[in-house]
Amino acid sequence: MDCYTANWNPLGEEAFYRKFELYTMEWGLKEDLRDCLVAAAPYGGPIALLKNNARKEKSPSTRPLLEIYSASGLLLASIPWKSGQLVQLGWTASEDLLCIQEDGTVLIYNLFCEFKRHFSMGNEVLQNHVLEAKVFHTEYGTGVAILTGAHRFSLTTNIDDLKLRRMPEVPGLQKPPSCWAVLTQDRVTIVLLAVGQDLYLLDNTSCSVVTPPGMSPSAGAYLQMAVSFNYRCLALFTDTGYIWMGLATLKDKLCEFNSTIRSPPKQMVWCTRPRSRQRAVVVAWDRQLMVAGDSTECIRAGLQPPATFFPRALSGRHRFVLDEDSYLVPEPDGVRILSRTSHEFLHEIPEASQEIFKIASMAPGALLLEAQKEYEKESQKADEYLREIKDQKLLPEAVSQCIEAAGYEHEPETQKSLLRAASFGKCFIDKFPPESFVRMCQDLRVLNSIRDYQIGIPLTFTQYKRLTVEVLLDRLVLRRLYPLAIRICEYLRLPEIQGVSRILAHWACYKVQQKDKSDEEVAYAINQKLGDTPGISYSEIAARAYDCGRTELAIKLLEYEPRSGEQVPLLLKMKRSKLALSKAIESGDTDLVYTVVLHLKNELNRGTFFMTLQNQPVALSLYRQFCKHQERETLKDLYNQDDNHQELGNFHVHSSYSEKRIEGRVGALQNAVDEYYKAKNEFAAKATEDQIKLLRLQRHLQEDFDKPYLDLSLHNTVSTLIQDGHHKKAEQLYRDFKIPDKRYWWLKISALATRGDWEEMEKFSKSKKSPIGYLPFVEIAVKHHNRYEAKKYAPRVTPEQRVKAFILVGDLEQAADAAIEHKNEAEMNLVLSKCSAATDSAVMEKLNRARAQLLKK
Amino acid sequence: MASTARRDAPEPPDFGILKRLARDQLIYLLEQLPGRKDLFIEPDLMSPLDRIANVSVLKHEVDKLYRVENRPAPSTSDQLCFLVRPRVRTMRYIADIVNADKMSGRSRKYKIIFSPQKFYACEMVLEEEGVFGDVTCDEWSFYLLPLDEDIISMELPEFFRDYFLEGDHRWINSVARALQLLNSLYGPFSRVYGIGRCAKMSYELWRDLEEESENDGQGRKPEIGNIFLMDRDMDYVTALCSQVVYEGLVDDTFRIKCGSVDFGPEVTSSDKSIKVLLNAQDKIFSQIRNEHFSSVFGFLSQKSRNLQAQYDRRQGMDIKQMKNFVSQELKGLKQEHRLLSLHIGACESIMKKKTKQDFQEMIKVEHALLEGFDIRESTSFIEEHIDRQVSPIESLRLMCLLSITENGLIPKDYRSLKTQYLQSYGPEHLLTFHNLKRIGLLTEQAAGETLTAVESRVSKLVTDRAAGKITDAFNSLAKKSNFRAISKKLSLIPRVDGEYNLKMPPDMAYVFSGAYTPLSCKIVEQVLERRGWQGLEEVVRLLNGNEFAMADGAPEDGAGGDAQRVVVAVFLGGCTFSEIAALRFLGKERGCRFIFLTTAITSSARMMEAMAEAKA
Repeated sequence: MDCYTANWNPLGEEAFYRKFELYTMEWGLKEDLRDCLVAAAPYGGPIALLKNNARKEKSPSTRPLLEIYSASGLLLASIPWKSGQLVQLGWTASEDLLCIQEDGTVLIYNLFCEFKRHFSMGNEVLQNHVLEAKVFHTEYGTGVAILTGAHRFSLTTNIDDLKLRRMPEVPGLQKPPSCWAVLTQDRVTIVLLAVGQDLYLLDNTSCSVVTPPGMSPSAGAYLQMAVSFNYRCLALFTDTGYIWMGLATLKDKLCEFNSTIRSPPKQMVWCTRPRSRQRAVVVAWDRQLMVAGDSTECIRAGLQPPATFFPRALSGRHRFVLDEDSYLVPEPDGVRILSRTSHEFLHEIPEASQEIFKIASMAPGALLLEAQKEYEKESQKADEYLREIKDQKLLPEAVSQCIEAAGYEHEPETQKSLLRAASFGKCFIDKFPPESFVRMCQDLRVLNSIRDYQIGIPLTFTQYKRLTVEVLLDRLVLRRLYPLAIRICEYLRLPEIQGVSRILAHWACYKVQQKDKSDEEVAYAINQKLGDTPGISYSEIAARAYDCGRTELAIKLLEYEPRSGEQVPLLLKMKRSKLALSKAIESGDTDLVYTVVLHLKNELNRGTFFMTLQNQPVALSLYRQFCKHQERETLKDLYNQDDNHQELGNFHVHSSYSEKRIEGRVGALQNAVDEYYKAKNEFAAKATEDQIKLLRLQRHLQEDFDKPYLDLSLHNTVSTLIQDGHHKKAEQLYRDFKIPDKRYWWLKISALATRGDWEEMEKFSKSKKSPIGYLPFVEIAVKHHNRYEAKKYAPRVTPEQRVKAFILVGDLEQAADAAIEHKNEAEMNLVLSKCSAATDSAVMEKLNRARAQLLKK
Repeated sequence: MASTARRDAPEPPDFGILKRLARDQLIYLLEQLPGRKDLFIEPDLMSPLDRIANVSVLKHEVDKLYRVENRPAPSTSDQLCFLVRPRVRTMRYIADIVNADKMSGRSRKYKIIFSPQKFYACEMVLEEEGVFGDVTCDEWSFYLLPLDEDIISMELPEFFRDYFLEGDHRWINSVARALQLLNSLYGPFSRVYGIGRCAKMSYELWRDLEEESENDGQGRKPEIGNIFLMDRDMDYVTALCSQVVYEGLVDDTFRIKCGSVDFGPEVTSSDKSIKVLLNAQDKIFSQIRNEHFSSVFGFLSQKSRNLQAQYDRRQGMDIKQMKNFVSQELKGLKQEHRLLSLHIGACESIMKKKTKQDFQEMIKVEHALLEGFDIRESTSFIEEHIDRQVSPIESLRLMCLLSITENGLIPKDYRSLKTQYLQSYGPEHLLTFHNLKRIGLLTEQAAGETLTAVESRVSKLVTDRAAGKITDAFNSLAKKSNFRAISKKLSLIPRVDGEYNLKMPPDMAYVFSGAYTPLSCKIVEQVLERRGWQGLEEVVRLLNGNEFAMADGAPEDGAGGDAQRVVVAVFLGGCTFSEIAALRFLGKERGCRFIFLTTAITSSARMMEAMAEAKA
């Protein structure tokens, strides 16, 4: 532990930088990195290499080879490159590989070298070619910028929502700029380029010349520029070896440094830590590496010197060894350095670590660490250290420091000793909230497991927090590391829907692509694993299966989908319309049924379509309803298809209503008659025939009497005839239509009464014995306020109803007589109730007497 | 009542929030079309709208209001907004307007607001008419309109015909959504009961919706504990009987529309019509609405004497007392006086119509039909009723009542009654009869070949997995009403010695003068009493099954507070005021509160009219 700070290198007064190895690269690379196109994704992402990309060699044996490695150098996939000449490789934020070709085509591969899609950077490029390209990340997503042979810039800020922007021309630009970079400011993406000693800023509309503040006038021509990870800082390197560091807005200078190296650097990247005040850039030449910041000194690494360790106090010049051709990968909190044999990380030591590990540090964390060590040695010094911290009341701070510092360490041993110290210190504090400690233990466990070289994601704690666990899980899923992802979810107790379910769904989507297994096996395996896990959409998995051309598997998977609504669209897409129809009906969602029905209507021929509907009453009813209002002719076809003569008959009757002309109506009704006969519905057929007969007759009547008869019912027709005095005609209808006697008598007397033809009524009453009795005559006359006439009929009423009849005509005396004659008490009471004491005393007396007599017996 | 202390029924929950929600959403939707606009409203949305919002709300940047009708719109506004029911007919009306504008080269903005929801079929029509791209659509989820403190209506009278006759399942989704809404505001309901295909489908769909929304109502105190869903076709008999409780009579006579009634000149004894809101706020009405008509008049005259007495107190007053009287009591008295005279007027008008010999005889026939004696005489009565053209709707109703109580008419009567009917009321009713046959209201007693064929077809469908959800339009054909057997099983005809006491009724049968206990209400009573369907297996079989009962962690007896004594009775296809009165009575007896949720208030006349085939 004494030599813990051995790889620390100071820069200026306060900052230390260290470089340590993440992995020994086992990729057995024969080529020099400088001969390959390299792209490494940030956040410990994969590395893409294109070998043999040199333009000249065209022999087939040396065809370019595209390889993708994990950060630990494990080969993930490789393909021979058969497409056009590549200019640049780059990674998207979702770890897809972008291959930018000379002709402006951008091909997108996933990290298993599987082609996903492609797009073009515009037609202009076809002739001019792409000279250089850069991939950049903004809040809009991943962008691509290109420099064409005509020295024009084009860019898109989001490749998923492709909008090409051609940047304005740089006046007088005859040769490619010496260096350029993409910046984003206030959500606008701009290009900064350097030509000789001039800097140009290209925004959407204009090109302007800019001068960085505080730039030494003798600085010389720009050779290289670097933008920090967060686009906030900019560094410029000139041919005098001068480095300007400032804000990307070019409004402020932060510092400058003179490297005295005049050759153009191969790479220059920022190396800063979030929330750190230190600014530094790492500059790499072929055999040299230098960290330069706000200090007159810098840290250098070169090939020649043997020494790897310089005592800190010895010299202002500190070096990192760089004995191989290297490639720098900027990260938000440092720089990764790739070479043929190793993969290292260079970063500024965070404050907490500095406090604890700095030689002779008296910071509370440092003391706590010491205390814990002494405690393990069972030395009483432990108590002294502890007392010292407690005296300053800094124990909580000490614990927090240890916890924080543990996060910055890659070595599990160091992590453990720091956490042990924290745990030890915690014991002496009342109510120290445990969350931070627990959280850190969990996070480190996750980080250590993904840093394993088999997995090969060397995330630092800071990066992990920025990336979030959800994105990390996505990345594991992308690498098809499903078991690890699930274990992490379970370990962190993530809610199922965000965690396990999501990963299982991804797994299932991958599983359906396995062509070597039968549909049954795959479906079974998926259902076994997924079961009814909440948040799983079987329809999505099925859709994926269908996309891979496995329709049967898709159908099997859909069976597991509990929501029918989700099944239908996919079934339709797979042309399983009938299945879709029954699923739609099952869902109870009529809109869904309509969707399928309409789809079927267009897809099938009419006959098959109707047949399908016949077997689905619910769908049929719905479609019928629709046709009733929207396409009545279809309705007819529908019934025809089914030989539904009854409904066809109804249909014709219905359409007869809309016929204006009598002939039309008769025609339609005649059709109905035919159908009704076919349906063996004689009643309806007869009734309709009668209606035709009536219609024809009504037309004649209308012509003869010049009065509207059409649309009257038979009853009303006859009634009208009688009211108008056409008794003969009425008689004829009565016979022709076999109107029942009772009805005819009711009809006739009420019509006659309405007409006031009492004479005719009397004649009629005497024509033969009334089938309805004579009470109706009385009633109708009374109703028309003709008591005189009513009285004529009262005596003819049958004895049972006579009392009622006399009451109706108001002849209480006769009513009383009838009641007495019947010896009916109820009738007597009825009559009595109608009597008034003033006028009918005689009748009342008679009745009371009779009643008394009746009661006596 | 028995020794157990009778508990007062809990107060109904406050349903005002339903109105507020609907109003706020409507305003929001109207604001989605900024600027001045003309608003077209579907006629049958007018009254519901009236009940939740006043004109000032509607005037929200609205210049003119129009009714959606079969006439071209004279509107000159550049923005048209349509507030409509999701009907094909209306879509064509709108499409015609849009197309006419296109022809004349006029460009306007059109927005359609569907209530309560949009149907795909509507979009299909708009698309076929070529205007889908020209209009924007929105949904106004106005599912529930509280008509009274205990009545919520979906105001969907077409539900009855669409579902039971046409086999159209569209509205089930709306019912499920309505239930979801109610559950989210006043639930969670811990007990769910139901009977009928539609009830079951609605319930299942509602369940699915609840699962999808993942909105668990845990932690909220429920205000409603129980819900009972029932299809109208479980009990057509009750709906077909003449109503004799006051509210039912007012509905049968004057037609209550959306909770209010227009009393014509014969009631108001002036030359004007007066629109009166009929609900619990009306102090007079609330006391007589559930009473048998025979007791109403007595109550009203008593009331008017009391009122007179209160007025008469003026006589002995000094100035100060008089001042008090005028400022405090007079207004209330006057209001009461006004209502009293209106109801007395209504009573007189009803009496004039109903106390005629005809009505008495009709009631007698109805009772005979319900009890199943003197069938021949009743048949002749109906025949005479038809011959004399008393009323087409009434004749039809009596025919249906005869058919359904007798399990269909004997073939001879079936033919002759229909012939008589066609002769009396016009041949177009041929189609009406067809509809009535399909729905099972007017059928022929015949176990012929056709029946078994249909049955085998239905049973074939039953093997299908989806069978549980299929309502075959033909099914009703095969379905027998079994009324007589059910009536015996549930003792629907009360056996009373002596006069049935209508003033202090012993049971729910009072709503039909003590002659018949409404079947629907009896089922509700029995199921609630038994906490399920145990012991009712035979009845369920006779009703064609599809019963269900679900208790979701329902608290045991006594626990759960008042909510467990609140029951929503859902009538799919409409419920009558008689049924409402009967259940209110039951609630009072059992100390529980019934809330009525219906697709619409119905009556025998409305049901018959729904079956009639429109001539156009």
